[in-house]
Amino acid sequence: MNHSPNSKRYDAIVIGAGHNGLAAAAILAKSGLRVLVLERRGSLGGAAGAEEIFPDCQVSMGAQDAGLFLPQLVTELGLERLGLRWVETPALTTVFTSQGKPLTLWRDVHRTAQEIAQFSARDADRYPRFADQIFQSSAVLADLMTVTPPALPELRLGDLAVWLRPALHARRLGKKAFMALLRILPMSVADYLDEWFETPALKAALGSTSVIGQMQGPRAPGTAFLLLYHAIHAAHGETRSSRFVQGGPQALIQALTQSAREHGAEICAGLGVVKILIEDGRAIGVELENGERLFARATLSSLDPRRTLFDLVGAHNLELHVVREVKNIRLRGSLARLNLLLSNLPQFNIQASEFERLSGHVVICPDLDYLERAYDDAKYGRFSHKPFLDIVIPTLCDPSLAPDGNHLMNINVQFTPRWLEWDDLQRRALLDVVLNTLSTHVPELRQQILDIQLLTPLDLEREFSLSEGDIYQGQMGLDQLLFMRPIPGFPRYKMPLGDLYLCGAGAHPGGGLTGAPGYNAARQVLRKFSAQ
Amino acid sequence: MPIPTPFHARTGAICESHEWRNWSGYLAASLYEPTHEREYYAIRNAAALIDVSPLYKYEISGPEAERLVNRIFTRDFSRCAVGQVRYTPWCDDDGKVIDDGTVARLEQNKFRVTAAEANLAWFQDCGYGMAVHVQDVTAELAALALQGPNARLILEPILQEVELKELKYYCFAEGSIRGIPLTISRTGYTGDLGYELWVSPRHALDLWDLLIERGVDFGITPAGILALDIARIEAGMIMNQVDYISSRKALIEEQKSSPFEIGLGWAVDLEKEDFVGRRALIEERRRGSAWRLVGLEVDWNDLEAVFRRWDLTPQVAGRASRSAVPIYRGNRQIGQMTSHTFSPWLKRYIGIGMARSREVREGDAVSVEVTVEYQRLRANAKIVRLPFINLPRKRA
Repeated sequence: MNHSPNSKRYDAIVIGAGHNGLAAAAILAKSGLRVLVLERRGSLGGAAGAEEIFPDCQVSMGAQDAGLFLPQLVTELGLERLGLRWVETPALTTVFTSQGKPLTLWRDVHRTAQEIAQFSARDADRYPRFADQIFQSSAVLADLMTVTPPALPELRLGDLAVWLRPALHARRLGKKAFMALLRILPMSVADYLDEWFETPALKAALGSTSVIGQMQGPRAPGTAFLLLYHAIHAAHGETRSSRFVQGGPQALIQALTQSAREHGAEICAGLGVVKILIEDGRAIGVELENGERLFARATLSSLDPRRTLFDLVGAHNLELHVVREVKNIRLRGSLARLNLLLSNLPQFNIQASEFERLSGHVVICPDLDYLERAYDDAKYGRFSHKPFLDIVIPTLCDPSLAPDGNHLMNINVQFTPRWLEWDDLQRRALLDVVLNTLSTHVPELRQQILDIQLLTPLDLEREFSLSEGDIYQGQMGLDQLLFMRPIPGFPRYKMPLGDLYLCGAGAHPGGGLTGAPGYNAARQVLRKFSAQ
Repeated sequence: MPIPTPFHARTGAICESHEWRNWSGYLAASLYEPTHEREYYAIRNAAALIDVSPLYKYEISGPEAERLVNRIFTRDFSRCAVGQVRYTPWCDDDGKVIDDGTVARLEQNKFRVTAAEANLAWFQDCGYGMAVHVQDVTAELAALALQGPNARLILEPILQEVELKELKYYCFAEGSIRGIPLTISRTGYTGDLGYELWVSPRHALDLWDLLIERGVDFGITPAGILALDIARIEAGMIMNQVDYISSRKALIEEQKSSPFEIGLGWAVDLEKEDFVGRRALIEERRRGSAWRLVGLEVDWNDLEAVFRRWDLTPQVAGRASRSAVPIYRGNRQIGQMTSHTFSPWLKRYIGIGMARSREVREGDAVSVEVTVEYQRLRANAKIVRLPFINLPRKRA
């Protein structure tokens, strides 16, 4: 993989081969551009990639679920032709009540309603209507995924045309549903769910998704929006946009890589960029770690805006108001990743025949108060002593990911502030807390563990160049979305410098394994080139 | 509530007028005696001792200190040697002036800046990512201005380690007076022969006492802000928030000014490396500036004639006025006179103002608004070159 670029000049250079960088490269290459992707790490995929951290296991380092991945990318790049296979598990999310009883949100809405009926007839009755509202509202957000936000306040008429589809869609919702959507967006997910349901475990199963990667609890304004965001591509009746990839998220990376290469893009791993070259206020290319300079008509960075503008461009090349705004972007590392190799399938408190319940996300969070308290710990300067864990066991749907009937467990450990001192002591303390928490549900867990990898927010920051360890490259608060992402005034993937584009999660629509920022940025570049 | 300066034990004791102003959060005497005239004449004829401690002071140090000052300020500091001071404005991204002040190069990698307004966050953000340290040293440095023709005579016998005659205009040196270590700069805000002394606050009172004691034979006189204000207008020196509005405080775009517009074009080096506001200033240079700084001399005979309509002699305050009045050409308002005063030195009524650059040239006859008995009238005036007085000893 380690090779040097064939040329000095390209149409476009993409910095970083995460899923967004690869998506951008593939779209650009497909349009006939000469594209070069430069990846600092030795392997591709960034946080969505996999590495053999355990013997004979390709383990996804950061990603779990590919349910948010942009459908347009799959069709336009023909990823299914390249071997991409989706796995839609019967369960979306399983939580355990404080008494240890499981509650599963199934992909099938009626099955879910039956499940909920064991807890509350009223909630069971309401669930299908709730699913309707999620479906309708998140569909409007799904439309916005590929819309280039307008550059306010210099709004031009042309910018408005792209809003036509979301607007029409919103109109089709009907006045009432549209008003409901407007009301939901700034709400806290706890308030929103309280309006619908009474069963604490049900609200936890639904609401916990909203705070993943966020440094906010379920009572924070704007978290209801994230519930919708995590449901953008969900089918009718599903309340979480969740699907897995056969072979793990890394298989998606492979398909993207293959697509980009087939269309002629060059992808070099192990070649880090140290500088974006500036001439007369325009980006003209990059300088590599080895001092080599490469030139391009457009430079796309999938790094977060702060790394891109401060580390690669240099604050001194920016106007002061931009320096200040970039400094103020809310980046908050709030998540640690624990990957476990287990000797066999962990025995949660369920019947052996019910192991289907484990096929989706297994969530340790009995109710929203538990979640809010987990956040409170982080707010007051420590990680949660009773953490919210979002667990996926990828070997359930793809046993080939681990040898000899072993199982993998990918655990997102929420509310682990980046700014804690992540020394050995702190790491061990966190590991203890997580394993103790898990052991209350899986008493034999410790005996099953063959190998452990813990990535603290500091590790995520260092390993994947994520400023402050923020997996979203900027918190997904209402103040940092759409035309305010990454900073007000620069929403069109273009940066304060000419010919420089942001194509990572730091740009609209934001974080998650979506590929949308890469797709949108690539299309902006193509638009610019076709206008020239 | 303003706080006392390090000299307050002395200035407070002699302030018969009990008239104080809030200068950047510090108590500053407007005048010490019942009228400011003697204090003014000390500046021009003897030596005035002015407490200028309230000035904001910053130190910029570190390996990239020169790079940072060149990014912040419009002048080229690669050509400023250690021991030199430069007066300079600084701008925002749009080339509009935020503030103006002096920058002394203390060491190869250390600069000291004085400013009228708080600038710490701005300087720090300008240096984001650079190997520099920006520190607010306002409270760590007491400052005295000794201004007037006798200033050198007072200091020469007591100042050690510095040859005062060798200390050129806009230069500074480290020295001591009776064991008190201090920095002395050949600078001031009066357009006269004068020095500014920078000293640790714990030596402030000793230094004050020494200067008063040594200066008594030379007419040393503590002077307040009123006297200083007259002297600076005569010297054609502008003041932030009076003659121009800091772009940070402007409420609308029209209130902002570029350095070219406030008479500081000479302090803008468009040829040097990139600095904040450069792109906008190049564009303005190309396009031309909308406003310019002007000096105005009000026709005294006409002023008398305006007041005579009510059988009055001209009722103009002896103090400098900071309330702007319109400047007219014919019936068209073309600008405003922002600072104006009767000049005791010139025996003329003078002012500094801003006018539309296309509409004024030196020597032009204009008029300025005068209010007599609640009626807004106009007196003839002339556009003149700044400064109003340019004494040879200013640079001596």
